[in-house]
Parts: sequence; structure tokens; C-alpha cells
Amino acid sequence: MGDQILIRDQVDRRRSDLKRWLDRIVPVVLSVGVFFGVTVLAALVVDVVLEGSHRLSLNLITNYPSANPAEAGMRSAILGTIATVGLSAVICIPLSIASAIYLIEYAAGKRWAEVLRYNIANLAGVPSVVFGVVGLGFLVYGLGVGRSVLAGAFTLAILTLPYVTVTCVEAIKTVPEDLKFGAYALGATRFQVVRSIILPRALPMMLTGGILGISRAIGEAAPILVISGLLFIREDPTSLFDRFTVMPLQLFNWISRPQPAFRELSAAGIIVLLLILLALNSLVIYMRYRLYRRLEAT
Amino acid sequence: MGLGSKSESKGATPTAMAAVMLVVGLVVGAVAMFFVGGGLGQTGGVVTRFETVTVGGGATVVRTVTQPVTQLVTVTVTPPPPTPPRLTGTIEIDGSSTVYPLTEAAAEAFMKQHPGVTITVGISGTGGGFKRFVVGETDINDASRPITRAEAETAAKNNIVWFEVPLALEGLAIVVHPSNNWVDCITISELREIWKPDSRITRWSQVRSGWPDQPIKLYGAGPDSGTFDYFTERVVGRAKSSRTDYVASEDDNVLIAGVAGERFALGYIPYAYVAEAAGRVKIVPVRDDAVAGATCVEPNDETVSSFRYPLSRPLFIYVNKKKYDEKPALREFVIFYLENGEQFVKKVKYTPLPSYYYKLAASLVKGGTLDGLFGLAQMTLRNAGPR
Repeated sequence: MGDQILIRDQVDRRRSDLKRWLDRIVPVVLSVGVFFGVTVLAALVVDVVLEGSHRLSLNLITNYPSANPAEAGMRSAILGTIATVGLSAVICIPLSIASAIYLIEYAAGKRWAEVLRYNIANLAGVPSVVFGVVGLGFLVYGLGVGRSVLAGAFTLAILTLPYVTVTCVEAIKTVPEDLKFGAYALGATRFQVVRSIILPRALPMMLTGGILGISRAIGEAAPILVISGLLFIREDPTSLFDRFTVMPLQLFNWISRPQPAFRELSAAGIIVLLLILLALNSLVIYMRYRLYRRLEAT
Repeated sequence: MGLGSKSESKGATPTAMAAVMLVVGLVVGAVAMFFVGGGLGQTGGVVTRFETVTVGGGATVVRTVTQPVTQLVTVTVTPPPPTPPRLTGTIEIDGSSTVYPLTEAAAEAFMKQHPGVTITVGISGTGGGFKRFVVGETDINDASRPITRAEAETAAKNNIVWFEVPLALEGLAIVVHPSNNWVDCITISELREIWKPDSRITRWSQVRSGWPDQPIKLYGAGPDSGTFDYFTERVVGRAKSSRTDYVASEDDNVLIAGVAGERFALGYIPYAYVAEAAGRVKIVPVRDDAVAGATCVEPNDETVSSFRYPLSRPLFIYVNKKKYDEKPALREFVIFYLENGEQFVKKVKYTPLPSYYYKLAASLVKGGTLDGLFGLAQMTLRNAGPR
């Protein structure tokens, strides 16, 4: 009897040794994944900065593209990006919020609402170039909008719509049910609940999703390549029907040049693009921080 | 509304409002920048200065004088006429990626001289550009090959009248890996055997006995590029007929990187790109075995402009005649492009046509003779005398 207990004791100890060892090794294994991602990103950033940093100058932002690398800039591309992406945000964010509210609050529990939601989630997985082709066929040729800022903005809006809608749906789900039911119990109408209960609480997260959508739209090259083509343009877009180009396409144009100076320029352009994306992402973090502080305060 | 929920919503609203304001602010800021940018763009080439003029009687009047600036132009171009006509309008150009750097340089210099004119230059490949040109979408098409019969027929069907302007010459280089020591020359018929559709050649030894028994890795232009059309027509004998199991790209740097990284690679790439990547790939001299007594010729300015290099080709722009008559800016641009053509060609390191071609062609176009420029370019070459 005594022997057996002793053995059991040893087995237990051995098992707990194994557990402790596993416990120590698992974080190492898991962190390999993180380090891998971070290393790749760091290598990319270091490479780009090493190649492009000496090309960084105000010229890059204020000058138009040029055949002469010393004075080439991406002004028309930056303004084109601001115009198309800004306009697409104005179109996409309200639409996404509206569709999310409709799906969750008005059509909740209905079968086709579920179908719609799955379709929107599927839409988020469609390759972006497909949206470009749709935009080209429907907007540029079908509606005769031309290869314009308007066509680009609508295409980007349709592209980001599913992402932002999905975030908005999640945002609405985070609103506590008891608040909603309480309001209904007190006789509030559906619209009142949406306006006074859901929107105020869900809006910050919705806008976070919106800004992430914008960040994605800024980096998109494929759909704009289909809509606008690779373009050399030395004019600011001043109307909705102007031709335009965007930053990723300008970078693509520079990379495909044989002269090394243009490759350095594109590296510098990548730095500018990264800085803009970084600024947008910090905005998201700041908004989230403000939101949490506000929620804790109440 | 319950009291509780009201106070709750009061707590959250300012954040939401702040967030809304942020986004609205961003968008408004963007739009504002946009318009300010637009304003700047329009005044970019204009100097406004105030002059104080004393009028008889002692009254002082401030007058604004606006002058176009022409000194910003970096390339020395033909001096503008004493009173430069104020040109306005837009010119839309699309087409070949090979011609693009040339047209870009011309468009940039022209726009610096005429700030009122907007020129956009796209890259869709020669064939892609012609698809838009023959339906009247673009004013000029950059082309690295002559227009095809099918394209010309579509243009005629759409009542598009055009004329062609040769602007430069370009050699198509056959390249291999720098460590390749067995290929010192290749013939057109060997290239045809390699590149024809359903070609059975998969190893170097099948091309010429004595070459290593190793797999041959092929790199070439993608099907939307004029380079592809030219190469297939010149080498295989029929435009667009080529084997398909090779690495195809419209981006010539991709091809150079591919050949530079593969010991048993063979590719065809525009010479201007290869010249920029000197040392990374090795250029193979080409012999046209259809011509009796032809020798192996390496591409360079001299052999390309004399067409002694078998894979020399002209680069063109195609101009929509109706738009040319309607738009003064387009007319001026074509003449400007021709007059300064040689300079732009040298700047982007292509091979220029003989100097007198540009002068002659520019004066012909000025005088209204638009046809036969291709013939002129060829004729000057044929009559260049014995070499």
C-alpha cells in the first residue's frame, strides 16, 4: 500500500514537472509567430528607410511627377488619394452604419437578414480587383461617369462597405441588451432606441471601423489601376469628373522604371504612405482610448 | 425615455460627437487642402505682380499684371515665340509602356511652357491603348509597333482618322545570365524555333548541338505589350503567336530580375532597360540568317539606327486627326514633340532617328502634311549611304 502511494506520488510529480516545463515552453513557441511577423515588418521598414530616406523632401509632396527624378514628386497622387478616399469615406461610412442598424435592429431574426449578413461577410472576401472591374463596367462605361474621381471614389466605397458594415454590426452588438429592453419597456419607439441608446454607444467603434476602412482604401492599387490606369498627370483634381491617380499607383509607376533613382523615389513614397497610415491608425487608438475613459467615467 | 437611459446617453454623446467632429474635420480638411491645392496648381506657373502707375493728376492706381513664366523649363527647348499664345485644354494620351518615358518627358516640358494645358499619359500597352484610341477615347496613342489591320478597320468603322508620327528607334535585346559562356551569338531562326507556338524546345542542347543539356528558362513580354507583338511578328512570323509556357510580364524590370537570377535563362527585353541594368544580364548578338552574309550584331545606338541590328523597331505616336484639327493645344504639342524629339529621345536613352528627320517632319506637320512620316523616317535611313 505504502509503496503504491509512493509511486503515485512520483508519477504526479513527474506529471507536474512536465506541465511546468510545457508551461515554460509554450510562450516561447507562440512568440515565434509574433517575432516572425515583426521581423518581416522591421526588415521591410529598414530596407525602405535605408533606400528612400535620403530622397525624402518637401519636393516629394509638393511637386508633380516628372521624368527628372531630382524634381519628381507625388503631389497629384496625394491629392488624388485624398479626393477619392475622402469622398469614398463620406459615401461608405453613413451607408455602412445605416445598413448595420437595419440588419440588427429592424430586420433582426428574419431569415433573409441572415442571408444578407452572410453575403456581406462574403463580399469582404472578394478580391479587390473584381470591384475595379465592376466599377469600370458599371460606373465608367455603364453610367458614363468616365475614368473620374467620382468613379474611383464609388468603387473604393463599395470595396470598403462590407468591412465597415461588419464592424458596425459588431459595434451595435456591444450595446447592452438591458438598456435597449429598458427603453422599449418605457415605451420608446424603435427609432428612439436607435437614436438615443444605440448610436451614442456604438458610434465611436463604428468610426474606428470606418477609419480602418479608409486605411485599407488608401493602400488599394488594383481597383484604381482598372478604373484609372497607370497615369502620368501633372494637374490637381479640381472636379469630380477629373482624371486622377493615387499614391500606390504612383509608387508602382516609379518602381517599374529602370533608373535606380526612381526606385529610391518609390521607397521614399512608401515612407510617406506608411506615415499617413500610421497617423490614421494612431487616430483609431486615440479614439478608442478616449472612448474607454469616457465609459469608465460614467 | 427613462431618466436612467437619458443620463447614460448624455455621458456617451460628447465622445460620439467628438468622433464625428474628428472625421468631419478630416474630410473637410481634405476637401479644403484639395481646393487650396487646386488654387496653387493654377497659379503655379504665373507670376502676379503689382504695379503702381501714376496717372496724370496725381491719382495712384494699382494694377495687377499677370504673366506666364517660361523660365521654369529645365530642358532647353526651342524658345517660345515673343508673345506666347495662351493655350488651354486637355490632351489624353495612353498606350505603350516603352514609349511612355519619352512622351512623359515631352508632356512635362510642354506643360511647363503652357501651364494652361493638361496632359495625362497612361500606360496600357500598345494594344490596350489602341483599343481606346480606335473608339475615340484618347487623343494620342503611344505605340511600339505600327497599327494593325484589325485596329485600323475598327478605327475606320468609328470614323476615326489618324496619322502616325515615328519618334525614335529601339532595339529589342536578347539577354542571358552573365555567367552564360556558351551563347556568343544567336540567329533569328533559332529564336523562332524557341519561341514559336507549341515549340518542343525545353533544353539548350535542342537549340544548337554543343550547348549544355540543361533546361532553358524563358522570359518575355506579356501579351498586351507592343514588344510582344513586335517580337512575335518579327521572329515567329505572325503577330501574337508565341509559345505560352514562359514567364511573361509587361514590367521589364521583372524580366531583368528574372534573367539575372537564373543561370539557364533567356529573355527578350527592350534595350533601354537592359542598358540601365548593365552587368546584371548579358546581351547576346543576333544574326539574321534570312539575309545572305549577315553577321552577328550587338544592339547599340549605331546598329539600331541603321537597322543593321535585326531586332530594331520604330516607336510612334498615333494622333487622332479630328481632335488634332479641333484642339490647338494638341496641334502645338505634336509639333513641339517633333521639334524637340531628339532631345527627349536622348534623355530617356532610346536611339534617335537622324537629326534632320525631326526638323523635316516638324516643318512638314506645321505645313499641314501629316501623312507619310513613317515613310520619311525609313527613307532617310535607306538613303543614308553605304556603311
